[in-house]
Amino acid sequence: MPLRLLKYALSKEYKETRFFRENVTPKKSYDAVIIGGGGHGLAAAYYLAKDHGITNVAVLEKGYLGGGNTGRNTTIVRSNYLTPEGVNFYDASVKIYEGLSEELDINLFYSTRGHFTLAHTESAMRTMRWRAEVNKHVGVDSYVVGPDEISKACPQLDISCSGHAPILGALYHGPGSVARHDAVAWGYARGADRLGVDIFQSTEVTGIDIKGGKVQGVQTSRGYISTPRVLSAVAGFTPRICKMAGIDTPIVIHPLQACVTEPMKPWLDSILVSGSLHVYVSQSSRGELVMGSSLDPYEVHSTRSSLDFVEGLTSHMLDMFPFLSNVKIVRQWGGMADMTPDFSPIMGKTPVEGFYLDAGWGTWGFKATPISGKTMAATIANDMAPDLIKPFRLSRFEEYELTGEKGAASVGH
Amino acid sequence: MKLLTCPINGVRPLSEFVFGGELRDMPPAECSDKEWADYVYNRNGAPGLKKEWWYHSPSGTWFVAERDTLTDNVARTYLYEQEGAQ
Repeated sequence: MPLRLLKYALSKEYKETRFFRENVTPKKSYDAVIIGGGGHGLAAAYYLAKDHGITNVAVLEKGYLGGGNTGRNTTIVRSNYLTPEGVNFYDASVKIYEGLSEELDINLFYSTRGHFTLAHTESAMRTMRWRAEVNKHVGVDSYVVGPDEISKACPQLDISCSGHAPILGALYHGPGSVARHDAVAWGYARGADRLGVDIFQSTEVTGIDIKGGKVQGVQTSRGYISTPRVLSAVAGFTPRICKMAGIDTPIVIHPLQACVTEPMKPWLDSILVSGSLHVYVSQSSRGELVMGSSLDPYEVHSTRSSLDFVEGLTSHMLDMFPFLSNVKIVRQWGGMADMTPDFSPIMGKTPVEGFYLDAGWGTWGFKATPISGKTMAATIANDMAPDLIKPFRLSRFEEYELTGEKGAASVGH
Repeated sequence: MKLLTCPINGVRPLSEFVFGGELRDMPPAECSDKEWADYVYNRNGAPGLKKEWWYHSPSGTWFVAERDTLTDNVARTYLYEQEGAQ
Protein backbone atom coordinates (compact mmCIF):
# COMPACT_ATOMS: atom_id res chain seq x y z
CA MET A 1 0.00 0.00 0.00
CA PRO A 2 2.59 2.65 0.89
CA LEU A 3 4.34 2.01 -2.44
CA ARG A 4 1.10 2.58 -4.32
CA LEU A 5 0.58 5.71 -2.31
CA LEU A 6 4.04 6.94 -3.29
CA LYS A 7 3.38 6.07 -6.93
CA TYR A 8 0.18 8.11 -6.96
CA ALA A 9 1.86 10.94 -5.08
CA LEU A 10 4.47 11.24 -7.82
CA SER A 11 2.07 10.76 -10.71
CA LYS A 12 -0.14 13.52 -12.03
CA GLU A 13 -2.71 11.01 -13.11
CA TYR A 14 -4.74 8.96 -10.67
CA LYS A 15 -4.77 5.60 -12.35
CA GLU A 16 -6.67 3.63 -9.76
CA THR A 17 -9.87 2.27 -11.30
CA ARG A 18 -13.09 3.66 -9.92
CA PHE A 19 -15.25 1.53 -7.69
CA PHE A 20 -17.83 1.13 -10.41
CA ARG A 21 -18.46 2.59 -13.84
CA GLU A 22 -20.14 5.97 -14.11
CA ASN A 23 -23.04 5.15 -16.37
CA VAL A 24 -24.60 8.15 -18.00
CA THR A 25 -27.18 7.07 -20.53
CA PRO A 26 -29.36 4.02 -20.02
CA LYS A 27 -29.90 1.62 -22.90
CA LYS A 28 -33.34 1.59 -24.52
CA SER A 29 -34.15 -1.80 -23.10
CA TYR A 30 -33.06 -4.17 -20.33
CA ASP A 31 -33.95 -7.74 -19.36
CA ALA A 32 -34.72 -6.45 -15.88
CA VAL A 33 -34.88 -3.07 -14.18
CA ILE A 34 -34.36 -2.73 -10.45
CA ILE A 35 -35.77 0.39 -8.81
CA GLY A 36 -33.73 1.34 -5.77
CA GLY A 37 -29.93 1.34 -5.42
CA GLY A 38 -29.80 0.36 -1.79
CA GLY A 39 -28.42 -2.87 -0.41
CA HIS A 40 -31.44 -4.93 -1.41
CA GLY A 41 -31.67 -3.68 -5.00
CA LEU A 42 -27.93 -3.95 -5.60
CA ALA A 43 -27.77 -7.41 -4.03
CA ALA A 44 -30.63 -8.55 -6.26
CA ALA A 45 -28.74 -7.20 -9.30
CA TYR A 46 -25.55 -8.93 -8.20
CA TYR A 47 -27.21 -12.33 -7.70
CA LEU A 48 -29.23 -11.97 -10.91
CA ALA A 49 -25.94 -11.68 -12.77
CA LYS A 50 -23.95 -14.15 -10.69
CA ASP A 51 -26.46 -16.93 -9.96
CA HIS A 52 -28.69 -16.66 -13.02
CA GLY A 53 -26.50 -15.18 -15.74
CA ILE A 54 -28.91 -12.29 -16.32
CA THR A 55 -26.54 -9.36 -16.78
CA ASN A 56 -28.54 -7.02 -19.00
CA VAL A 57 -29.90 -5.32 -15.89
CA ALA A 58 -30.25 -1.67 -14.88
CA VAL A 59 -30.37 -0.43 -11.30
CA LEU A 60 -32.04 2.98 -10.99
CA GLU A 61 -31.40 5.04 -7.88
CA LYS A 62 -33.05 8.41 -7.47
CA GLY A 63 -30.43 9.64 -4.98
CA TYR A 64 -27.05 8.05 -4.39
CA LEU A 65 -26.15 4.42 -3.69
CA GLY A 66 -26.99 3.36 -0.16
CA GLY A 67 -28.38 6.82 0.63
CA GLY A 68 -31.76 5.54 1.77
CA ASN A 69 -32.42 3.09 4.57
CA THR A 70 -29.21 1.14 3.85
CA GLY A 71 -27.18 4.05 5.17
CA ARG A 72 -29.65 4.99 7.92
CA ASN A 73 -30.07 1.83 9.95
CA THR A 74 -28.14 0.81 13.06
CA THR A 75 -26.29 -2.00 11.20
CA ILE A 76 -27.36 -4.92 13.40
CA VAL A 77 -27.42 -8.41 11.89
CA ARG A 78 -29.24 -11.20 13.77
CA SER A 79 -31.67 -14.06 13.28
CA ASN A 80 -33.31 -14.49 16.71
CA TYR A 81 -36.82 -14.01 15.41
CA LEU A 82 -40.13 -15.33 16.71
CA THR A 83 -41.72 -17.27 13.84
CA PRO A 84 -39.98 -20.30 12.25
CA GLU A 85 -40.45 -18.60 8.85
CA GLY A 86 -38.63 -15.49 10.05
CA VAL A 87 -35.87 -17.36 11.89
CA ASN A 88 -35.11 -19.55 8.85
CA PHE A 89 -35.04 -16.58 6.53
CA TYR A 90 -32.82 -14.31 8.63
CA ASP A 91 -30.53 -17.22 9.53
CA ALA A 92 -29.90 -17.79 5.83
CA SER A 93 -28.93 -14.11 5.65
CA VAL A 94 -26.54 -14.31 8.60
CA LYS A 95 -24.82 -17.29 6.97
CA ILE A 96 -24.21 -15.34 3.74
CA TYR A 97 -23.07 -12.28 5.70
CA GLU A 98 -20.40 -14.31 7.50
CA GLY A 99 -18.55 -14.95 4.22
CA LEU A 100 -19.55 -11.80 2.39
CA SER A 101 -16.43 -9.69 2.95
CA GLU A 102 -14.44 -12.36 1.19
CA GLU A 103 -16.96 -12.91 -1.58
CA LEU A 104 -17.27 -9.20 -2.40
CA ASP A 105 -13.58 -8.52 -1.71
CA ILE A 106 -14.38 -5.55 0.49
CA ASN A 107 -13.98 -5.18 4.23
CA LEU A 108 -17.49 -5.05 5.63
CA PHE A 109 -16.15 -4.76 9.20
CA TYR A 110 -18.45 -7.68 9.95
CA SER A 111 -18.05 -8.07 13.66
CA THR A 112 -19.77 -10.81 15.67
CA ARG A 113 -20.56 -9.34 19.07
CA GLY A 114 -23.29 -11.35 20.72
CA HIS A 115 -26.75 -9.82 21.04
CA PHE A 116 -28.71 -9.41 24.28
CA THR A 117 -32.43 -8.62 24.14
CA LEU A 118 -33.05 -7.42 27.70
CA ALA A 119 -36.26 -8.23 29.52
CA HIS A 120 -37.47 -5.97 32.32
CA THR A 121 -40.82 -7.67 32.95
CA GLU A 122 -42.10 -11.22 33.42
CA SER A 123 -44.11 -10.97 30.21
CA ALA A 124 -40.97 -9.92 28.30
CA MET A 125 -39.16 -12.91 29.84
CA ARG A 126 -41.92 -15.19 28.52
CA THR A 127 -41.41 -13.81 25.00
CA MET A 128 -37.63 -14.37 25.33
CA ARG A 129 -38.20 -18.01 26.33
CA TRP A 130 -40.60 -18.44 23.44
CA ARG A 131 -38.12 -16.97 20.98
CA ALA A 132 -35.29 -19.09 22.41
CA GLU A 133 -37.32 -22.27 21.90
CA VAL A 134 -38.28 -21.37 18.32
CA ASN A 135 -34.66 -20.43 17.56
CA LYS A 136 -33.26 -23.65 19.03
CA HIS A 137 -35.85 -25.68 17.15
CA VAL A 138 -34.69 -24.18 13.86
CA GLY A 139 -31.03 -24.57 14.82
CA VAL A 140 -30.18 -20.97 15.69
CA ASP A 141 -27.95 -20.21 18.68
CA SER A 142 -30.21 -18.35 21.16
CA TYR A 143 -30.87 -18.96 24.84
CA VAL A 144 -32.17 -17.16 27.89
CA VAL A 145 -29.62 -15.83 30.37
CA GLY A 146 -29.92 -14.26 33.82
CA PRO A 147 -28.71 -10.88 35.10
CA ASP A 148 -25.33 -12.30 36.20
CA GLU A 149 -24.38 -13.39 32.71
CA ILE A 150 -25.46 -10.02 31.30
CA SER A 151 -23.32 -8.21 33.90
CA LYS A 152 -20.37 -10.42 33.06
CA ALA A 153 -20.63 -9.53 29.37
CA CYS A 154 -21.32 -5.86 30.05
CA PRO A 155 -20.11 -4.76 33.50
CA GLN A 156 -20.90 -1.11 32.71
CA LEU A 157 -24.64 -1.80 32.52
CA ASP A 158 -26.71 -0.77 35.55
CA ILE A 159 -28.73 -3.99 35.96
CA SER A 160 -31.33 -2.16 38.07
CA CYS A 161 -31.74 0.52 35.35
CA SER A 162 -31.69 3.28 37.98
CA GLY A 163 -34.04 1.21 40.11
CA HIS A 164 -37.21 1.58 38.09
CA ALA A 165 -36.84 -1.09 35.40
CA PRO A 166 -34.59 -3.85 36.79
CA ILE A 167 -33.37 -6.36 34.22
CA LEU A 168 -34.73 -9.84 34.91
CA GLY A 169 -32.86 -11.60 32.12
CA ALA A 170 -32.23 -11.56 28.39
CA LEU A 171 -32.36 -13.56 25.20
CA TYR A 172 -28.73 -14.09 24.23
CA HIS A 173 -27.98 -14.60 20.54
CA GLY A 174 -24.31 -15.37 19.89
CA PRO A 175 -24.26 -14.73 16.11
CA GLY A 176 -25.59 -11.17 16.57
CA SER A 177 -23.26 -8.87 14.61
CA VAL A 178 -22.71 -5.41 13.25
CA ALA A 179 -21.40 -4.51 9.79
CA ARG A 180 -20.44 -1.41 7.87
CA HIS A 181 -23.66 -0.67 6.03
CA ASP A 182 -22.32 1.60 3.27
CA ALA A 183 -19.76 -1.03 2.34
CA VAL A 184 -22.52 -3.61 1.89
CA ALA A 185 -24.14 -1.41 -0.76
CA TRP A 186 -20.80 -0.52 -2.39
CA GLY A 187 -19.63 -4.13 -2.38
CA TYR A 188 -22.76 -5.38 -4.08
CA ALA A 189 -22.66 -2.44 -6.51
CA ARG A 190 -19.08 -3.20 -7.52
CA GLY A 191 -19.83 -6.91 -7.77
CA ALA A 192 -22.86 -6.28 -9.98
CA ASP A 193 -21.01 -3.67 -12.05
CA ARG A 194 -18.15 -6.06 -12.76
CA LEU A 195 -20.64 -8.64 -13.99
CA GLY A 196 -22.07 -6.09 -16.45
CA VAL A 197 -25.00 -4.57 -14.58
CA ASP A 198 -25.59 -0.87 -15.36
CA ILE A 199 -26.08 1.31 -12.30
CA PHE A 200 -27.60 4.79 -12.61
CA GLN A 201 -27.59 7.22 -9.72
CA SER A 202 -29.68 10.42 -9.66
CA THR A 203 -32.19 8.61 -11.85
CA GLU A 204 -35.77 8.69 -10.67
CA VAL A 205 -38.57 6.42 -11.83
CA THR A 206 -41.62 8.56 -12.56
CA GLY A 207 -43.99 5.98 -13.98
CA ILE A 208 -44.46 2.29 -14.63
CA ASP A 209 -45.79 1.26 -18.02
CA ILE A 210 -48.26 -1.62 -17.72
CA LYS A 211 -50.35 -3.00 -20.57
CA GLY A 212 -52.73 -5.95 -20.30
CA GLY A 213 -51.60 -6.60 -16.74
CA LYS A 214 -47.96 -6.93 -17.81
CA VAL A 215 -44.98 -4.69 -17.21
CA GLN A 216 -43.70 -3.04 -20.41
CA GLY A 217 -41.18 -0.59 -19.07
CA VAL A 218 -40.47 2.31 -16.76
CA GLN A 219 -40.58 6.04 -17.28
CA THR A 220 -37.53 7.70 -15.74
CA SER A 221 -36.01 11.13 -15.37
CA ARG A 222 -33.58 9.97 -18.11
CA GLY A 223 -36.20 8.76 -20.53
CA TYR A 224 -38.17 5.61 -21.16
CA ILE A 225 -36.65 2.16 -20.59
CA SER A 226 -38.47 -0.87 -21.89
CA THR A 227 -38.26 -4.06 -19.83
CA PRO A 228 -40.44 -7.07 -19.08
CA ARG A 229 -39.34 -7.30 -15.43
CA VAL A 230 -39.24 -4.65 -12.73
CA LEU A 231 -38.24 -5.09 -9.11
CA SER A 232 -39.22 -2.41 -6.63
CA ALA A 233 -36.73 -2.36 -3.73
CA VAL A 234 -37.28 1.16 -2.46
CA ALA A 235 -38.09 0.79 1.26
CA GLY A 236 -39.95 3.95 2.35
CA PHE A 237 -40.90 4.85 -1.20
CA THR A 238 -42.79 1.58 -1.79
CA PRO A 239 -46.31 3.07 -1.56
CA ARG A 240 -45.41 5.67 -4.22
CA ILE A 241 -44.01 3.05 -6.61
CA CYS A 242 -46.93 0.69 -5.93
CA LYS A 243 -49.35 3.51 -6.71
CA MET A 244 -47.66 3.88 -10.11
CA ALA A 245 -48.21 0.15 -10.67
CA GLY A 246 -51.80 0.26 -9.36
CA ILE A 247 -51.07 -2.22 -6.57
CA ASP A 248 -52.64 -1.94 -3.12
CA THR A 249 -50.52 -2.91 -0.13
CA PRO A 250 -50.92 -2.67 3.64
CA ILE A 251 -47.71 -0.63 3.89
CA VAL A 252 -47.65 2.65 5.82
CA ILE A 253 -44.59 4.81 6.35
CA HIS A 254 -43.38 5.85 9.79
CA PRO A 255 -40.08 7.58 10.44
CA LEU A 256 -37.53 5.58 12.42
CA GLN A 257 -34.79 7.66 13.99
CA ALA A 258 -31.26 6.91 15.09
CA CYS A 259 -28.23 8.78 16.40
CA VAL A 260 -24.56 8.40 17.30
CA THR A 261 -22.43 9.76 20.12
CA GLU A 262 -18.96 11.17 19.86
CA PRO A 263 -16.31 8.41 19.61
CA MET A 264 -15.08 6.73 22.77
CA LYS A 265 -12.49 4.09 23.60
CA PRO A 266 -13.95 0.63 23.02
CA TRP A 267 -15.94 -0.48 26.07
CA LEU A 268 -19.16 -2.02 24.76
CA ASP A 269 -18.53 -5.43 23.20
CA SER A 270 -22.09 -6.72 22.94
CA ILE A 271 -25.14 -5.42 21.16
CA LEU A 272 -27.78 -4.50 23.73
CA VAL A 273 -31.47 -4.13 23.04
CA SER A 274 -34.18 -3.21 25.49
CA GLY A 275 -37.74 -3.64 24.30
CA SER A 276 -39.22 -2.00 27.38
CA LEU A 277 -36.90 1.02 27.36
CA HIS A 278 -37.01 1.34 23.55
CA VAL A 279 -33.25 1.30 23.11
CA TYR A 280 -30.83 -0.61 20.93
CA VAL A 281 -27.16 0.18 21.13
CA SER A 282 -23.81 -1.06 19.87
CA GLN A 283 -20.38 0.52 19.60
CA SER A 284 -19.08 1.05 16.10
CA SER A 285 -15.56 0.23 15.00
CA ARG A 286 -14.67 3.92 15.26
CA GLY A 287 -15.96 4.15 18.82
CA GLU A 288 -19.32 5.86 18.44
CA LEU A 289 -22.33 4.46 20.22
CA VAL A 290 -24.89 3.74 17.51
CA MET A 291 -28.37 4.00 19.00
CA GLY A 292 -31.92 3.70 17.87
CA SER A 293 -35.36 3.81 19.40
CA SER A 294 -38.94 3.00 18.47
CA LEU A 295 -40.84 4.23 15.43
CA ASP A 296 -42.37 7.68 15.40
CA PRO A 297 -45.99 7.15 16.41
CA TYR A 298 -47.66 8.50 13.26
CA GLU A 299 -47.35 8.38 9.50
CA VAL A 300 -44.90 10.86 7.90
CA HIS A 301 -43.01 10.56 4.61
CA SER A 302 -39.90 12.33 5.75
CA THR A 303 -36.39 11.68 7.02
CA ARG A 304 -36.43 14.60 9.45
CA SER A 305 -35.25 14.00 12.99
CA SER A 306 -36.78 15.38 16.17
CA LEU A 307 -35.79 16.60 19.62
CA ASP A 308 -38.45 14.37 21.20
CA PHE A 309 -36.64 11.32 19.87
CA VAL A 310 -33.23 12.21 21.15
CA GLU A 311 -34.57 13.31 24.55
CA GLY A 312 -36.51 10.09 24.99
CA LEU A 313 -33.71 7.83 23.82
CA THR A 314 -30.97 9.45 25.87
CA SER A 315 -33.04 9.40 29.07
CA HIS A 316 -33.43 5.64 28.67
CA MET A 317 -29.75 5.26 27.78
CA LEU A 318 -28.91 6.97 31.07
CA ASP A 319 -31.12 4.49 32.94
CA MET A 320 -28.89 1.77 31.54
CA PHE A 321 -25.55 3.61 31.57
CA PRO A 322 -25.59 6.54 34.03
CA PHE A 323 -21.88 7.23 33.38
CA LEU A 324 -22.67 8.43 29.84
CA SER A 325 -24.27 11.65 31.07
CA ASN A 326 -21.44 13.84 29.74
CA VAL A 327 -21.13 12.10 26.38
CA LYS A 328 -22.34 14.15 23.45
CA ILE A 329 -24.72 13.19 20.68
CA VAL A 330 -23.04 14.28 17.48
CA ARG A 331 -25.49 13.28 14.81
CA GLN A 332 -29.11 12.18 14.47
CA TRP A 333 -31.22 11.28 11.48
CA GLY A 334 -34.38 9.52 10.38
CA GLY A 335 -35.28 6.88 7.83
CA MET A 336 -38.65 6.00 6.33
CA ALA A 337 -39.73 2.59 7.58
CA ASP A 338 -42.30 0.74 5.48
CA MET A 339 -44.41 -1.02 8.09
CA THR A 340 -46.70 -4.02 7.50
CA PRO A 341 -49.47 -5.23 9.85
CA ASP A 342 -47.58 -8.43 10.79
CA PHE A 343 -44.06 -6.92 10.94
CA SER A 344 -42.90 -9.25 8.17
CA PRO A 345 -41.66 -8.17 4.74
CA ILE A 346 -43.58 -8.37 1.48
CA MET A 347 -41.54 -10.26 -1.08
CA GLY A 348 -42.22 -11.86 -4.43
CA LYS A 349 -44.76 -11.61 -7.21
CA THR A 350 -47.64 -9.14 -7.45
CA PRO A 351 -50.92 -9.08 -9.39
CA VAL A 352 -49.01 -7.27 -12.20
CA GLU A 353 -47.05 -9.74 -14.33
CA GLY A 354 -43.35 -8.96 -14.26
CA PHE A 355 -43.61 -6.55 -11.32
CA TYR A 356 -41.91 -7.84 -8.20
CA LEU A 357 -41.88 -6.42 -4.71
CA ASP A 358 -39.16 -6.40 -2.10
CA ALA A 359 -40.73 -4.23 0.58
CA GLY A 360 -42.22 -3.92 4.02
CA TRP A 361 -38.86 -4.20 5.77
CA GLY A 362 -39.98 -1.76 8.38
CA THR A 363 -37.33 -1.64 11.03
CA TRP A 364 -35.14 -4.59 10.02
CA GLY A 365 -34.17 -4.67 6.37
CA PHE A 366 -30.41 -4.31 6.61
CA LYS A 367 -29.82 -7.74 8.12
CA ALA A 368 -31.83 -9.33 5.31
CA THR A 369 -29.83 -7.70 2.51
CA PRO A 370 -27.93 -10.77 1.21
CA ILE A 371 -30.76 -13.28 1.40
CA SER A 372 -33.36 -10.86 0.03
CA GLY A 373 -31.04 -10.14 -2.91
CA LYS A 374 -30.55 -13.84 -3.51
CA THR A 375 -34.20 -14.84 -3.22
CA MET A 376 -35.51 -11.86 -5.21
CA ALA A 377 -33.00 -12.60 -7.98
CA ALA A 378 -34.32 -16.17 -8.08
CA THR A 379 -37.90 -14.85 -8.14
CA ILE A 380 -37.15 -12.54 -11.06
CA ALA A 381 -35.19 -15.18 -12.99
CA ASN A 382 -37.80 -17.96 -12.58
CA ASP A 383 -40.95 -15.84 -12.19
CA MET A 384 -41.50 -17.90 -9.06
CA ALA A 385 -40.64 -17.19 -5.44
CA PRO A 386 -38.36 -19.69 -3.64
CA ASP A 387 -39.93 -21.59 -0.72
CA LEU A 388 -37.91 -19.55 1.78
CA ILE A 389 -39.86 -16.36 1.01
CA LYS A 390 -43.29 -17.82 0.18
CA PRO A 391 -44.59 -16.95 3.68
CA PHE A 392 -43.89 -13.27 2.84
CA ARG A 393 -45.98 -13.11 -0.34
CA LEU A 394 -48.26 -10.10 -0.85
CA SER A 395 -51.34 -12.30 -1.17
CA ARG A 396 -50.97 -13.57 2.42
CA PHE A 397 -53.17 -10.73 3.62
CA GLU A 398 -56.22 -11.59 1.53
CA GLU A 399 -55.59 -15.25 2.44
CA TYR A 400 -55.43 -14.34 6.16
CA GLU A 401 -52.09 -16.15 6.51
CA LEU A 402 -50.06 -13.50 8.26
CA THR A 403 -46.58 -14.16 9.64
CA GLY A 404 -46.76 -12.38 12.99
CA GLU A 405 -43.29 -11.16 13.86
CA LYS A 406 -44.06 -8.18 16.08
CA GLY A 407 -42.83 -9.96 19.21
CA ALA A 408 -39.31 -10.16 17.75
CA ALA A 409 -39.01 -6.45 17.02
CA SER A 410 -35.94 -4.91 18.59
CA VAL A 411 -38.12 -2.41 20.31
CA GLY A 412 -41.69 -2.29 21.46
CA HIS A 413 -43.77 -0.78 18.70
CA MET B 1 -42.63 21.27 20.22
CA LYS B 2 -45.25 20.29 17.68
CA LEU B 3 -48.79 21.42 18.27
CA LEU B 4 -52.17 20.11 17.21
CA THR B 5 -55.59 21.72 17.55
CA CYS B 6 -58.21 19.68 19.36
CA PRO B 7 -61.69 20.83 18.19
CA ILE B 8 -62.87 20.87 21.85
CA ASN B 9 -59.78 21.93 23.81
CA GLY B 10 -57.88 24.07 21.36
CA VAL B 11 -54.14 24.06 20.65
CA ARG B 12 -52.26 21.42 22.64
CA PRO B 13 -48.79 19.83 22.44
CA LEU B 14 -48.61 16.77 20.19
CA SER B 15 -47.60 14.61 23.15
CA GLU B 16 -51.22 14.82 24.38
CA PHE B 17 -52.49 13.12 21.23
CA VAL B 18 -52.65 9.58 19.89
CA PHE B 19 -52.71 8.78 16.18
CA GLY B 20 -55.65 6.59 15.18
CA GLY B 21 -54.89 5.85 11.53
CA GLU B 22 -56.60 6.86 8.32
CA LEU B 23 -60.35 7.52 8.32
CA ARG B 24 -61.86 4.97 5.94
CA ASP B 25 -65.39 3.87 5.13
CA MET B 26 -66.32 0.33 6.06
CA PRO B 27 -67.59 -1.76 3.14
CA PRO B 28 -71.19 -3.07 3.29
CA ALA B 29 -71.79 -6.23 5.31
CA GLU B 30 -72.54 -8.27 2.17
CA CYS B 31 -69.13 -7.51 0.57
CA SER B 32 -66.89 -10.31 -0.70
CA ASP B 33 -64.04 -11.79 1.37
CA LYS B 34 -61.58 -10.06 -0.95
CA GLU B 35 -63.20 -6.66 -0.38
CA TRP B 36 -63.22 -7.27 3.36
CA ALA B 37 -59.52 -8.24 3.38
CA ASP B 38 -58.80 -5.13 1.33
CA TYR B 39 -60.58 -3.03 3.98
CA VAL B 40 -58.87 -4.79 6.90
CA TYR B 41 -55.32 -4.67 5.60
CA ASN B 42 -54.68 -2.42 2.62
CA ARG B 43 -53.94 1.24 3.20
CA ASN B 44 -53.39 4.26 1.06
CA GLY B 45 -49.71 4.41 1.97
CA ALA B 46 -48.72 7.00 -0.65
CA PRO B 47 -48.07 10.50 0.68
CA GLY B 48 -50.66 13.26 0.39
CA LEU B 49 -53.51 15.03 2.19
CA LYS B 50 -55.43 12.46 4.22
CA LYS B 51 -58.27 12.36 6.74
CA GLU B 52 -57.07 10.75 9.93
CA TRP B 53 -58.41 9.81 13.34
CA TRP B 54 -56.67 11.51 16.24
CA TYR B 55 -57.40 11.20 19.95
CA HIS B 56 -56.88 13.89 22.57
CA SER B 57 -55.90 11.68 25.47
CA PRO B 58 -56.46 13.93 28.54
CA SER B 59 -60.05 14.75 27.52
CA GLY B 60 -60.94 11.51 25.71
CA THR B 61 -61.86 13.30 22.47
CA TRP B 62 -61.74 11.50 19.12
CA PHE B 63 -61.67 13.84 16.14
CA VAL B 64 -60.63 14.07 12.50
CA ALA B 65 -57.53 15.84 11.18
CA GLU B 66 -56.82 16.58 7.55
CA ARG B 67 -53.06 16.23 7.34
CA ASP B 68 -50.54 16.09 4.51
CA THR B 69 -48.37 13.07 5.30
CA LEU B 70 -45.55 14.39 3.11
CA THR B 71 -45.18 17.83 4.74
CA ASP B 72 -46.78 16.95 8.11
CA ASN B 73 -48.94 20.11 7.81
CA VAL B 74 -52.42 19.89 9.30
CA ALA B 75 -55.00 21.66 7.12
CA ARG B 76 -57.87 21.46 9.65
CA THR B 77 -59.29 19.44 12.52
CA TYR B 78 -62.95 18.84 13.36
CA LEU B 79 -65.29 16.46 15.17
CA TYR B 80 -66.41 13.55 12.98
CA GLU B 81 -70.05 14.65 13.22
CA GLN B 82 -69.13 18.10 11.95
CA GLU B 83 -67.56 16.98 8.68
CA GLY B 84 -68.21 19.59 6.04
CA ALA B 85 -68.45 22.45 8.54
CA GLN B 86 -65.60 24.87 7.98
